Amino acid sequence: MRPPQVPAVEPASHTLQPPAIWAALARIPDPEIPVVSITDMGMVRHVSVDGGRVSVTFTPTFSGCPALYVIRESIEQAVRALGVADVTVLSTLTPPWTTDWINEAARERLREYGIAPPAPAEPDLIQLEAEPTRCPRCGSLNVRMTASFGPTLCKRLYVCDSCREPFEGFKSV
Amino acid sequence: MTSAIPLTEAQRTALLLKLTVLADDEIILAHRGGEWTGHAPILEEDIALANIAQDELGHAGLYLTLSQHLGGSDPDQVAYWRGPDDYLNTRLVELPRGDWAFTMLRQFLYDTFEALWLEAATRSTFAPLSEIAAKAVREEKFHLQHTALWVERLALGTEESARRTQAALNELWPYAAQLFQPVEGEEDLTAAGILPDLSAVQARWHDLVARHLQDKCGLPLPATTGAGAGRDTHTEHLAPLLEEMQSVARAYPDAESW
Repeated sequence: MRPPQVPAVEPASHTLQPPAIWAALARIPDPEIPVVSITDMGMVRHVSVDGGRVSVTFTPTFSGCPALYVIRESIEQAVRALGVADVTVLSTLTPPWTTDWINEAARERLREYGIAPPAPAEPDLIQLEAEPTRCPRCGSLNVRMTASFGPTLCKRLYVCDSCREPFEGFKSV
Repeated sequence: MTSAIPLTEAQRTALLLKLTVLADDEIILAHRGGEWTGHAPILEEDIALANIAQDELGHAGLYLTLSQHLGGSDPDQVAYWRGPDDYLNTRLVELPRGDWAFTMLRQFLYDTFEALWLEAATRSTFAPLSEIAAKAVREEKFHLQHTALWVERLALGTEESARRTQAALNELWPYAAQLFQPVEGEEDLTAAGILPDLSAVQARWHDLVARHLQDKCGLPLPATTGAGAGRDTHTEHLAPLLEEMQSVARAYPDAESW
């Protein structure tokens, strides 16, 4: 008689591969714009697995963003939830985060949510004019910026002169 | 943080001083901006100045974190446990907030300096500094766009707003020169390509400011006067500012920020 087969129990870290970690990170919503995740935003730069150790490197969007602490903790918790005890969360400024890293699907979700996605970041950073923005509801460029700073560091406030709706626009950084 | 060229001891000392100077200007101006919370002329401006102040504190955090890596003190200690004798901000940023024209004009003069200095600092040979500059300059451009527009609106608005804007310019102009006073040992850091050449930044600053204020807004620039005493000399306005800013930290010295 054969002994019953006992499935080998291995620590989760043995089987855990970076794609599983990326998938977990992709479920973390941006604390201030919950329709997009931190990976949609291009904030996660690097994931490495070394035996039972996982380290995640992310890049802050704005240097004074109050959500940084929440994001750091969310990353740590998400990786721990995969059964990893040894988690390091690092942040890096290089290369600096740009709104060009927000992926296409997320741009569409921002638009549906009523936030104009950012225009391509301009190479000439020091200039006194703001970039053109399209109304996320009707697509018109006939819009007025009513405030260059919105409820969060990353957004501006606009009114569309075609459909008359106010909306928020992502700053192009 | 990427690896950096090794600094000599003299360079490290001078850089620590420069980082303190840069952070102090950001912290004090952020406090003055924050004073408008609940008092700005319209809600959007209340939010805008709070946003700008938040960014400036973010920049101070970047400078002080780098300073800590180079052997400086903990950023919270630097911000909340130094008195007016140890703060090295310019007198420009500590002056009371005044009226709206004064606030916007000061912010414009400062933002122009900051944006141009940061843009030059992105080319620093010291990688940790060029990284900070590359990050912060992207944020600073929004401050500059915003305050430049406000100065224009006020200067070309009513007689009263133009009068107040010119008065603010006349008062602030001599103070702005202090932004370009080098710290001790700065020349050596500039020669090594670690820090931007302050006189080149000043020339660009003067050009941009003159084009905006004089040519676009019709505000004649006052006759130039020197920067006066150094950054260790303050007006009577700094002590009460720090007393208010540091009151919570000093009342709860063991409190954690989060």
